[in-house]
Amino acid sequence: MALLEIKDLQVFYGVIQALKGIDFTVNEGEIVTLIGANGAGKTTIMQSIMGLIPIHSGSVHYDGKDITKMPGHKIVNLGMTQVPEGRRIFQELTVYENLLMGAYTGKSKAQIKKDIEATCTRFPRLGERKNQIAGTLSGGEQQMLAMGRAMMCHPKLLMLDEPSMGLSPLLVDEVFDIIKDFRDSGTTILLVEQNANKALDICDRAYVLENGKIVLSGTGTELAQSDSIKKAYLGG
Amino acid sequence: MNIILDGLGLGAIYALIALGYTMVYGIAKLLNFAHGDIIMVGAYAILTMLNANGNPWIAIIVSVVVCTAAGIIIERFAYRPLRSASPLAVLITAIGVSYFLQSLAQLVFGAKSRPVTLPALGNINLFGASVSVATIITLIIGAVIMAALTVFVNFTRIGRAMQAVSEDKGASQLMGINVNRIIMITFAIGSALAAFASLFYLMQIPATSPTLGSMPGIKAFTAAVIGGIGSIPGAMIGGVLLGLIEKICLSIPFLSAYTTAIEFGLLILILLVKPIGLLGKKRRVKV
Repeated sequence: MALLEIKDLQVFYGVIQALKGIDFTVNEGEIVTLIGANGAGKTTIMQSIMGLIPIHSGSVHYDGKDITKMPGHKIVNLGMTQVPEGRRIFQELTVYENLLMGAYTGKSKAQIKKDIEATCTRFPRLGERKNQIAGTLSGGEQQMLAMGRAMMCHPKLLMLDEPSMGLSPLLVDEVFDIIKDFRDSGTTILLVEQNANKALDICDRAYVLENGKIVLSGTGTELAQSDSIKKAYLGG
Repeated sequence: MNIILDGLGLGAIYALIALGYTMVYGIAKLLNFAHGDIIMVGAYAILTMLNANGNPWIAIIVSVVVCTAAGIIIERFAYRPLRSASPLAVLITAIGVSYFLQSLAQLVFGAKSRPVTLPALGNINLFGASVSVATIITLIIGAVIMAALTVFVNFTRIGRAMQAVSEDKGASQLMGINVNRIIMITFAIGSALAAFASLFYLMQIPATSPTLGSMPGIKAFTAAVIGGIGSIPGAMIGGVLLGLIEKICLSIPFLSAYTTAIEFGLLILILLVKPIGLLGKKRRVKV
């Protein structure tokens, strides 16, 4: 069953149409990736799904529920969240407080404490820097924090917007390993990436976005072997 | 000794008002110029309740309730529809709300200044000096409120959410925080603090008028900017500093006429040296 179903999604910035009718689905347990050049509309899709920018027309269904017009904070309560582009951790709060914010929807204090401990074990660097102001972390550590923070609310569906942006090759590998870990622990993943090579490598299915439209879709391996994709996104 | 205590008392009043400015600015990024007029609303609430039944405690409670409600209503109907409008539109709306409140007070209570009779508190002897009890009460309650607010903002779930919203509304939503609700709570807290400020103000100057809130409002805004707008400890320090300077200047005969000029001069001086205020944080400019 489709966990997330997007139908004819259209979004405008003023008079400019950023999304010209997007359709795609994410099934439970999958890693689905959206690839495309800068300005193709990837981030717009992510933000409009989460209610951060208004949807002009079309629909978004999550777990059978229509969430097209639902405000972002309510969507999070349904079990879906996002690691936004540029990480957007709370720079002025400590690592620990950032994780607490991630657990904002959590009810039980004991559970939150356990989750924070688990996150600090999964990401030892964060554990070491628990009381450090998050703005002073390195780029890689900030990305780990953003991912750890998002997982604090136990999402059924996690969206990641350009998680490898600005990271060294070693850290990029680590980020993709973590994404696989998340999926293996039962979280469905929707991934937006410019690093098409890596994204196609770990995904089950992929959609290619151009100028606000989906132009191609298929399994990761299919797309990785397609000539037009090789030329446009994989560097030959 | 007395001058210092009076200065601290006045500073506590400024600080309470400045907190409302600074919290709302920090979280909603809007300069709520109607905030000073909430003090006036609180003063009229106290006046009305005292005239009706004379019990000062009930008057204080009603004033806090009325101010809090006023803050919530103003946010809901004047500012929330403009959440994505340009800052200039919001600023003009704030000035409009300010005039609306003043005109409303004038309509209901008349333009004339009206005396408020609070129970006389007199003076007590403290370390050999005779000190006004009103000042002592202002200082103690002011300090308690500010300490409580600091604890609330730093150590509670809602308080941390306020910090998160002030930094990044979008990311806060992704945590499941209802941003509108946090902004509403901020307005409610700021307005409740203004109600206490109006009580302490009336203990110093026992009369109300529709424009009562203007001057303390502007002074407190100055205090908030001196301390670094958006910073809670900054507003407290700025308020106390301004209160002290005002009382000290007023006590020196050849300076007293220039008190206000000196206060605003200090603002200019501090902004020249440190444009973000004493404790202001430099915000990253997002690309």
